[in-house]
This record gives sequence, C-alpha cells and structure tokens, in this order.
Amino acid sequence: MSEIETFYEVMRRQGITRRSFMKYCSLTASALGLGPAFVPKIAHAMETKPRTPVVWVNGLECTCCSESFIRGAHPLAKDVVLSMISLDYQHTLMAAAGHHAEAALEETLEKYKGNYILAVEGNPPLNEDGMFCIVGGKPFVEQLRHAAAGAKAIISWGACASYGCVQAAAPNPTRATPVHKVITDKPIIKVPGCPPIAEVMTGVITYMLTFDRLPELDRQGRPAMFYGQRIHDKCYRRPHFDAGQFVEAWDDENARKGYCLYKMGCKGPTTYNACSTVRWNEGTSFPIQSGHGCIGCSEDGFWDQGSFYDRLTNIKQFGIEANADTIGMGAAGAVGGAVAVHAAISALKRAQKKNQDKVEG
Amino acid sequence: MGITTPNGFNLDNSGKRIVVDPVTRIEGHMRCEVNVDDQGIIRNAVSTGTMWRGLEVILKGRDPRDAWAFTERICGVCTGTHALTSVRAVEDALGITIPDNANSIRNIMQLNLQIHDHVVHFYHLHALDWVNPVNALRADPKATSELQQAVSPNHPLSSPGYFRDVQNRLKAFVESGQLGLFKNGYWDNPAYLLPPEADLMATTHYLEALDLQKEIVKIHTIFGGKNPHPNWLVGGVPCPINVHSTGAVGAINMERLNLVSSIIDKCIEFNRNVYLPDVVAIGGFYKNWLYGGGLSGKSVLAYGDIPENANDFSPAQLHLPRGAIINGNLNEVHDVDQRDPEQIQEFVDHSWYEYAEAGKGLHPWDGETKPKYELGPNAKGSRTNIEQLDEAAKYSWIKAPRWKGNAMEVGPLARYVVGYASGHEDIKNQVDGLLGTMKLPLTAIFSTLGRTAARALESEYCGRLQKHFFDKLVQNIKNGDESTANVTKWDPSTWPKEAKGVGATEAPRGALGHWVRIKDGRIENYQCVVPTTWNGSPRDTAGNIGAFEASLMDTKMERPEEPVEILRTLHSFDPCLACSTHVMSPEGQEMARVKVR
Repeated sequence: MSEIETFYEVMRRQGITRRSFMKYCSLTASALGLGPAFVPKIAHAMETKPRTPVVWVNGLECTCCSESFIRGAHPLAKDVVLSMISLDYQHTLMAAAGHHAEAALEETLEKYKGNYILAVEGNPPLNEDGMFCIVGGKPFVEQLRHAAAGAKAIISWGACASYGCVQAAAPNPTRATPVHKVITDKPIIKVPGCPPIAEVMTGVITYMLTFDRLPELDRQGRPAMFYGQRIHDKCYRRPHFDAGQFVEAWDDENARKGYCLYKMGCKGPTTYNACSTVRWNEGTSFPIQSGHGCIGCSEDGFWDQGSFYDRLTNIKQFGIEANADTIGMGAAGAVGGAVAVHAAISALKRAQKKNQDKVEG
Repeated sequence: MGITTPNGFNLDNSGKRIVVDPVTRIEGHMRCEVNVDDQGIIRNAVSTGTMWRGLEVILKGRDPRDAWAFTERICGVCTGTHALTSVRAVEDALGITIPDNANSIRNIMQLNLQIHDHVVHFYHLHALDWVNPVNALRADPKATSELQQAVSPNHPLSSPGYFRDVQNRLKAFVESGQLGLFKNGYWDNPAYLLPPEADLMATTHYLEALDLQKEIVKIHTIFGGKNPHPNWLVGGVPCPINVHSTGAVGAINMERLNLVSSIIDKCIEFNRNVYLPDVVAIGGFYKNWLYGGGLSGKSVLAYGDIPENANDFSPAQLHLPRGAIINGNLNEVHDVDQRDPEQIQEFVDHSWYEYAEAGKGLHPWDGETKPKYELGPNAKGSRTNIEQLDEAAKYSWIKAPRWKGNAMEVGPLARYVVGYASGHEDIKNQVDGLLGTMKLPLTAIFSTLGRTAARALESEYCGRLQKHFFDKLVQNIKNGDESTANVTKWDPSTWPKEAKGVGATEAPRGALGHWVRIKDGRIENYQCVVPTTWNGSPRDTAGNIGAFEASLMDTKMERPEEPVEILRTLHSFDPCLACSTHVMSPEGQEMARVKVR
C-alpha cells in the first residue's frame, strides 16, 4: 500500500492548486453536513491517506446506480475516478473486456487484499444455480463471493443490492437476493434508492476515505447521515400537509398551487431518504417538487406495498400537527408491516442525536 | 464446416474459437463467441444475453397505472423510455388521450434521453474502441489546439494551455500506476489509428462530456423529479403548469422553463461544436474500416416516435420515422403494425425458453415464457462454468423476434435508413451532408461507423426537435392552455372489463414495444420486445442469425486475442442487456408459462 499516492499528491500532480484543493475539502464538508471546522480535518486526511482501490461488480440490475454515480456534481465524477479512488473494475465504464477485464479484477483482489472497497450494483439470483446472471461463464454469485472475501467493506448500491428491488418483487422469479443475505461476514453499508442520489453515493465514499471508518449506520444498515429522516420531515410542502391542503386530482387547482401530494399516494411520510434536502441532480428538483408523489424507492420491498397511488392509511386521522413519530409508526405499519418500527425510529433518533452532538461539539 | 443462413451469411465454425465474457461498456451482461480463420477473419459469431430478471411475470396482477415504474427499471441507461412506452400501452388499452402540453413535455423528455444516451454512449461506452488515452500523452498540446480549432472553430475550449492541463492530469494518472478504468486496455493494439493529437482531443472531450451529461438530464429532473428514473403518469405528465399565479414555485413556472430552455441550448451547442465534429474527425481516420454492416443494408425496422400532435401516431405525424425495409430494397418502405399477429413474432428455438408448440413464432399478445436453461451437446465446460457454447442448441436468455420472419436491425442507423429511404427531409439532408463532407458513398453507412455516425446525426436532430417542442409548449401556454393531465379515466371503475393495448417508442437503441392485457382493473399479461432483443437475438427456427452476429461476420481482427474489433462493432449498437431478456418462472415450479390466450 505504501507506494500508493495520497489524494492530495495526485491532485497536486494533476495540476490542481492548493486553493482548489481546499475548496474541494470545504465542499466535501458541506456535502457531508459538517461545519467549517471540519475542513482542515478533511484536508489533513486527504493529504495523508492513500487512494483506495474500488472494485464495482454488477448483478441483476438496470445500471441506474452507475448512471446516477456519474451524475455527481460535488465532487464531479471525473474527479472521483481520476483523483480520489482507483476504480479498477467497473463493467459499464472500463476499457478492457473478457479475460482482460477479469485479469484486472484478479490483480486488484490480490494486490490490495483487505484494503479495497467492494461496491455492488444489483444482486445475485439464486435460482437456476445462479445462471440467471452469468459473468465469465459462471454465476454472478460466485464472483460476488470471490470479490467479497478480501474486501475491507462492502457498499450495497441502490435498492437492488440493499433489498432486492424490482426483480425481487413478488413472485421474485429468479430468487434475486440482496447482498447481505449472501455475504454475512463483512461490514455492509446499504445505500438504497432506485437509484440513490449521486451526491449521497459520492458522499458515502468520501466519508469512508476521509474519516477512515464506516459511516454510522441505522438498524437497517443505512448511513444515518443521509437516511436518518423521512422525506416528509423535511418536505417543503409539509406546511400544506399540516394545514390540510391537498392535491385531490392530477393537475387540479391544488396541484398547480403546489399543495401536499399525500392523497395522491405520496410515500414521503414513510420513506427515509435525503430527497427533500439534498434533492436530485445538483439540487434541481425531487419527485414531489415536480408534482408526483414519492414512490418510496429507498424502502425495503417498496414494489409490494400496493399501488403507488394508494393513499397511506392511518395518516390522516392524526390530523395536522401530529407527532411525526406517531405518524411514521402508523403509516409504516399500515403500509408494510415493518418490523419493530418503534424501536427502529427510536434508534434513528439516537443516531441523529449523536451526529448532531458531534457536529456541534 | 460451412453453412449459409437463409439471410445470406456464410458461417464456418472450424477456426479458432474466441470468447469475450463479460462484454464491457454496455448495459447489463453479455457474452460473445466468434470463430476466426487463420487470417484472423471472423467466420462465425455467437451472441448471448447472460442475464434474466423476469419483470413481465412480476407485473401480472398489478395496477396498470403502476406499470411504468416497474418497466422503467428494466433499464437505467435508457431511463424513462420504457415508462413512456408503458403509459402509451395502457392509454391505448383504456382509450385515454393526453393533453397537448403532455405530448410536448413527453417529447422533450424522450428527445432529451436520446441526446443524453447518445452522448454518453459515444464518449463513455464507445470512444475507447477508437481513441487511445495513453497515446494522448505523446500529443503536442499546441498541435492539438490547432486540430481542435480546425475541426470545430466555435468550441471555446481549445487553447494549448487547456490541452496541456488535461494532458498533465492524464500523465499523473497514468504515472500513478493505478490505471483504474483504463487498466488492461488494448493500448498497443495496431487497430488504434489516431495520431496522438486526436487522441488527446477526444480524451479531453471524454471528460467534457462527463461534465455535460449531468447537465443534460436536468430536464428530466424538472419535469419528472429525478434522473435516473423520472416519474411519469398515465393520462399525461405529473408536473402541473402554473406560470401566472400563486403557488407557481411548486409547478412548471417561468424559472423552470428558462432552465429547460438553457439546457436545450447547451445540448444543441455540444452536438454541433463537439459531438458531430468529433465523429467526423475520428471517423476520418477510420474511413477505410468499413466492417460491421451486418443486417443494416438488408433488413431494418423502426416503429417511429415523437408525434407532432398529441394522440396522433400516424407515420406522417412522427418526427422519427416508422417503417421496415427487407432484402436491402430501399425502394420499398413497408408499414409496420404492432397489432398484426403475423408481423412481429418471437421464436425460442435457440433461447433458454420453451414453447408449448416447438418451432412456432408467437405474437407478443399471445406470448409464452417458460424458461429452460440447458446447454447443447457440443458445449464445453459445465452448466455453471461455460467454456464454450453450442449455438446449434439453446444459447441465450434473449428470444429471437422476427418481422414477417426476417431478422431485423433496429436503432439509430435503422431509423436513418428508413428515414432516408422514405424521403424524410431532415434525415436525408443530414446524411447527404455528412457523406459529402467525408467523401463517402451512401453504401458506407451500412457499417459499424455508419451506426456511430447515425447516432451523432440523430443527437443533433433531436436537439433541434427539443427546441421545437419547447417553443410549442410555450406557445400553447401563451394561448391559455395549462393542462397537463387527463384524469377522466384515472379511476379504474371507468375502465372496460377487459382491454388490450400496444405502446411503441423509439428508444435510443431502437424500436421498443410493450403489449398489455388488462382484466378487471389488473394486468393480465405484459410483454416487452425491446431493441436489444432484436439486435442481440440468437438464431431463429429457420437459422437466420441476428443483427449482432451478422455485423461481426467477415471482420478482420488485428490480434484475435484482443477483441478491439468485436467491441467496436458490438458497441456500435449500444447494447442494453437488462432490457433484452424476458420473463421467467418462480423457483422452477410455477413455471408460469406466461400465458395469454
């Protein structure tokens, strides 16, 4: 590992000025929701830490996670790939193919054993001996196990790797199985969403590189910093919910006034994600802002919770100004029969509290 | 031994077998095997889809208004195009019409996808087949600057200092010893023909395009809330318009329209100043490499798309043309009817499925999907460790769709051949203009490079169309129409007891169709026949080879052990494998023959 250059050395050699470097560090700090006091800490980390190899494997998926990843604005995808990590294996973008690609993978697994991050997009199907997804003539699940063996940590990108997503929706014909049910002896960070927000993806990677540890996870294994709150909690249309002002039909007067989409089936009240704060594509918008309810794509099993246009039951009865926890509990229970919701919410609360303490302290 | 296929290709699998698995820089999972003779010329080609997800089975019994979200997840690269196809199929089944504004917004989104997809395809998936970033290190930045100004005088990023900075960055990257995505590339293969300056220019644009593509998609974010996977709506679009009154901040308002407009301008600029000039410049160095024509000069198919007026899909009203050409006869463009059971049929003799009646072709409304994974007697390796496939038996998760029995190529080149043959003015002008600039005959478009060039021309055309529909949208709003959704049939109680419909679009990769049957307010059956099902199809009952396979035939490989030429041609189709594979059964038991009657 010692011959690997630090980010800072590489960035400097690539003509990036000290000033731009510091700007990058402060952007990273704000992307992670940290205050200016953290900037020197990030800079120090970047000056002393080596570039970490990342191996990115693909199972059953639709490539939306790769696509989202390259939408990253801060940092830019090109800076991530050229200066921050060494993306040694990634089907969608890598130059080599066939056995040359597989050789590139093997080299990294061997040379950086115990030190690379494994990023998984998609999931392995277990039916038909795994042959519903074939890589190099063999079942993808074999490649996954092989690559996981020497990984420092695993990132499960998106709803596929985290929960199974669309191919695991009932009746899950291929027995598509989330990563944590196949790999049980490694730390796994779930970054759900279909896809996850680009800056959340790069935020998770940069957090790990910068602080040299895994982000704090909630009970489901998601980074608390991005998945700690419901979309509803930070939705800019929340005042309309509280005031009982709802869209009643698509494109009605209330829709044009930007009222709450709850009655149109919005799953914001039961969905933990950063859409209403970080927003999408450099903060351009997010589903609710563009007039469609949240479909809950970062929640486990969101495909099988009834129609996307079914109203969440039990929310309305709490009326306006209800306690967010109560609403969340009732709604999640009604929607998905989520297990131990109350406990999970309390755990999340604790996690958030801890994070806040850290930032403030 | 040699055989001639009914569609006119001489196959000989006696030479050395070469396997490429995984084929990278595509969407999804794919394998390719070829036989090369002692001259390094490909004499047999076998293309295999190596993944299968079963979405159509999953859709059964669901609310048809939700289908767009499921099918959108067929592909995150051509994100949104399956959603559009799906809402069209459901609207067709239920007799739902959409407002004019919804038509304009859907068109803008679909065109936006075409441009985004084409740009990302060319720079990030395809370019490395022609461009050697390592060779760019030897370039003279000053000469690169001169080259840039010669090929595209209007592109502002062209100074020697700019290219020097990029080169320094690349140099540091290469010298770090961690080549990342460029690792194990074929950088000393003689198939790469660009001088270092062109390599530096193109590599620089690889990075510029990476920055730009995240801007392009913001149009999806504005209208659909996010990208990848924006939101759609049966009956229109979910985003309301409010340009005059209170609450406009939550709707499409003047600020949003201005943002859309500025992005449209960026697309037009990039197409004109970077993408097209690059294709001409790079193509100029490879103009003698005219392999890869395959089916493009014989049999091509397009469904057409981008209706000028809402709810009117007649061919004359479509900006992207519809039609089929067979047997290389450009003088006759056949109309295409997705409802006709005799026109589009799928065969599975060489696919890992089985039909009740072997050897038969089935129309998608009557499709069956019963998986049957088995290797042929001449395959090498084992069931879970395939060393070599037996193409005389079943060998792919992709079915073999045929139009009136013909294997067809779909995609930008197919659209351009159909457009050219039917006298589509914009397309004809573009094609004639490009061929004139490059001093090439019309026949040159039937090639790998022709596919790549058609995609670039189409991106430019779509840029102009985006502007057209933006102006149309604004004009309509100006006329007082702010409507974006028709909700008269939103409630399932208004639906007929049984209905069936078809939705068709032109995805970036080609003709895309969804066939739906609805019963008692639920999906009874759903079938998709997607572009890569056409292009990546295995052999059919009669022995016709598919478009990928045909295009690889007779290509000379510089170094057979390095698949540069194979990648070049396969990539020219922009394969999308997650799209191309079909339905399947739960855990081997229900074996749900996705039955329709």
